[in-house]
Amino acid sequence: MSAALKPTPEAPLIRLRDLHVKFESRDRTVHAVNGVDLDLAAGEVLCILGESGSGKSVTLRALMKLLPKTAKVTGEIKVGGRDVQAMNESQLADFRGGDVAMIFQEPMTALDPVFTIGRQIAETVQRHEGASRSAADARALELLELVQIPSAKRRLSAYPHELSGGLRQRAMIAVALACRPKLLLADEPTTALDATVQIQVLLLLRSLQEQLGMGVVFVTHDLGVAGEIADRVAVMYAGKVVEEGPVGALMAGPLHPYAKGLLGATVHAGMRGKRLTTIPGAPPMLDKVPTGCAFAPRCAEVIEGCHTGVPALRQIVPGRQARCILVAPGEG
Amino acid sequence: MVLPPPAPDRGGAAQPLLETRGLVKHFPIRGGLFGRQMGEVRAVDGVSLTVRKGETLGIVGESGCGKSTTARLLMRLLDPGAGEMIFDGDAVGRDDLGGGISLKDYRRQVQMVFQDSYASLNPRLPIEDTIAFAPEVHGVPAAEARERARELLAAVGLAPAQFARRYPHELSGGQRQRVNIARALALRPRLVILDEPVSALDKSVEAQVLNLLVDLKESFGLTYVFISHDLNVVQYISDRVLVMYLGQVVEEGPVDEIYARPGHPYTRALLASRPSMDPSQRRTEPPLTGDPPNPVNPPSGCRFRTRCPHAEAVCAEIPPVAATLSPGHTAACHMALPGSGHSQAGGIAA
Ligand SMILES: Nc1ncnc2c1ncn2[C@@H]1O[C@H](COP(=O)(O)OP(=O)(O)OP(=O)(O)O)[C@@H](O)[C@H]1O
Ligand SMILES: Nc1ncnc2c1ncn2[C@@H]1O[C@H](COP(=O)(O)OP(=O)(O)OP(=O)(O)O)[C@@H](O)[C@H]1O
Ligand code: SF4
Ligand code: SF4
Ligand SMILES: [Mg+2]
Ligand SMILES: [Mg+2]
Repeated sequence: MSAALKPTPEAPLIRLRDLHVKFESRDRTVHAVNGVDLDLAAGEVLCILGESGSGKSVTLRALMKLLPKTAKVTGEIKVGGRDVQAMNESQLADFRGGDVAMIFQEPMTALDPVFTIGRQIAETVQRHEGASRSAADARALELLELVQIPSAKRRLSAYPHELSGGLRQRAMIAVALACRPKLLLADEPTTALDATVQIQVLLLLRSLQEQLGMGVVFVTHDLGVAGEIADRVAVMYAGKVVEEGPVGALMAGPLHPYAKGLLGATVHAGMRGKRLTTIPGAPPMLDKVPTGCAFAPRCAEVIEGCHTGVPALRQIVPGRQARCILVAPGEG
Repeated sequence: MVLPPPAPDRGGAAQPLLETRGLVKHFPIRGGLFGRQMGEVRAVDGVSLTVRKGETLGIVGESGCGKSTTARLLMRLLDPGAGEMIFDGDAVGRDDLGGGISLKDYRRQVQMVFQDSYASLNPRLPIEDTIAFAPEVHGVPAAEARERARELLAAVGLAPAQFARRYPHELSGGQRQRVNIARALALRPRLVILDEPVSALDKSVEAQVLNLLVDLKESFGLTYVFISHDLNVVQYISDRVLVMYLGQVVEEGPVDEIYARPGHPYTRALLASRPSMDPSQRRTEPPLTGDPPNPVNPPSGCRFRTRCPHAEAVCAEIPPVAATLSPGHTAACHMALPGSGHSQAGGIAA
């Protein structure tokens, strides 16, 4: 195990404070992330849930310093107590794929098409752990078995394009787990998969997370997926966390008007013949930083005070927070 | 009101609006130095279906099972390799025989909405021009076609004064999909084929568009074929449901029957694969293992047998035919066919 990441109760696996990310180009400014605070304890699974453009992927990439040069990033980003923003290239190279690994929606972005699956895993192990070639090859086989790829031995010599979608996703997970990361960052890794394959990969990820005691940040726009894998959920809207809490409580009774609307608008069994509740309009453009509650233009409960300042993220009951002036501490 | 009425009902209420028998579409795979044919993708392999007047027929199945190919066959954007289509009692494309309907007339009465709201709109045209385009091509005077476009924009919830002159890039995804729906209605079709119309939309916008589709069906007297991989959405919107696997129909029936008493092992697995929406009810075993096989080389006999927990010898030898489980509810599985040779034949209603 890597010595660098030893989270203690005082230093959680992730500590994110007041993260801001802004993209500026000649003709456009996007305020993608506007003050995100997040903590992750060792071995915990946090889902970041939100609609397209809410800033989920940008937040996740900031944790690995994977944003392009055009991104202006401010705030405190600590992973395992280390300041990610201050890392230089060689420190980052050790950090990525070693202590922290990432998986994506499209496995081909993470897999190299010209190397076999076995070689890619072994390569990672050799580079990060200085293992011998034969030890690394043995580890590659072990990993393919761990992610339940059938005929693992034969698959070591397969190229990524020779695998089906579900197997490719498993292979990417195997590469990510090669160096026993303490933190896994997952950006919609099951979104492109078929229903019967998605549930397989979700159950696999959850069992690996438990076996290896990994902390996981899992980005999704699908409430049902969060319900299958999360311990806690952070709901993002327009670059901010608007509600955060344990998955069961949040799904049983969301506090924030946006989270309530999202839950009500998600079609599930037993809604046939009923009119669906909707959230009117669409999310804001983010070319300016909202000066009031960013959800106000769509909120059914909006009052005068919602426009005058940005509502604070407040603890409502222990372990649950919401960013709405009408959700007062003590409710819930 | 400048919108014309739709084409009149010909066959009467009992005559299905559209029927297909044994539709087939195989795509050649070319490769090698001379682009020779190396094999074929059996994308749609004998699909027979019935769309009743005024209903919504949902089609579900996993990626690559042939849903979009079926849609494009129904639209006649593709020519079937085999099989026939009957529209309100008339054979489609067989007007030469007398009593048939020409492809041109058919295509006016059937319209389609695609998943990708952006790719299906002309980026250089204001949206009202896009909507007015097809009526103009069909001889409607420009001013009238434009007025029709504005009426349709209002019908899909986009105030014409505010939106008519906007370009597609000036709209959100949900608004663009509303434009696509308006365009599909411009020729007053009787049948609208919706291929994953809400799959690219966020949940909060998806609900808006689903409500709109329900309203339009009522006010325009439409019949829908609604394709989706989202089982919850299909359950919400459909009257009857058709389940596809590897180019074939494995089960068909009323929506409540399919969801409450799925007859085919694949349908059961598909339904059981939905996330539970209740974190205290998490499972540990997936309903199925493995991925769907490649449609280039589908398994012999029953195409689901390589993943089916009940597969027996007969399943590899004989393709199962559809058996009736209850009125209007059929499943193509040897367990549902008494005397098929499967040890559980007749015992499927478990
Ligand atoms: N490299 C970039 N340059 C400019 N803008 C960007 C860049 N990356 C992201 N953005 C913008 O930042 C905002 C947040 O994007 P992000 O990718 O985090 O959204 P997301 O929540 O992951 O959405 P999705 O569900 O669609 O993946 C969006 O408006 C996006 O267009
Ligand atoms: N023009 C084409 N040429 C060759 N193969 C094709 C063509 N169109 C579709 N296919 C293949 O036919 C099969 C069925 O494709 P189709 O698009 O109908 O599936 P689908 O059920 O709509 O899937 P999805 O849920 O991913 O949209 C797939 O294997 C696909 O790769
Ligand atoms: S602060 Fe106001 S506008 Fe924002 S969510 Fe709460 S009630 Fe709605
Ligand atoms: S026919 Fe056989 S393999 Fe196919 S679904 Fe029925 S039991 Fe399973
Ligand atoms: Mg994203
Ligand atoms: Mg499709």
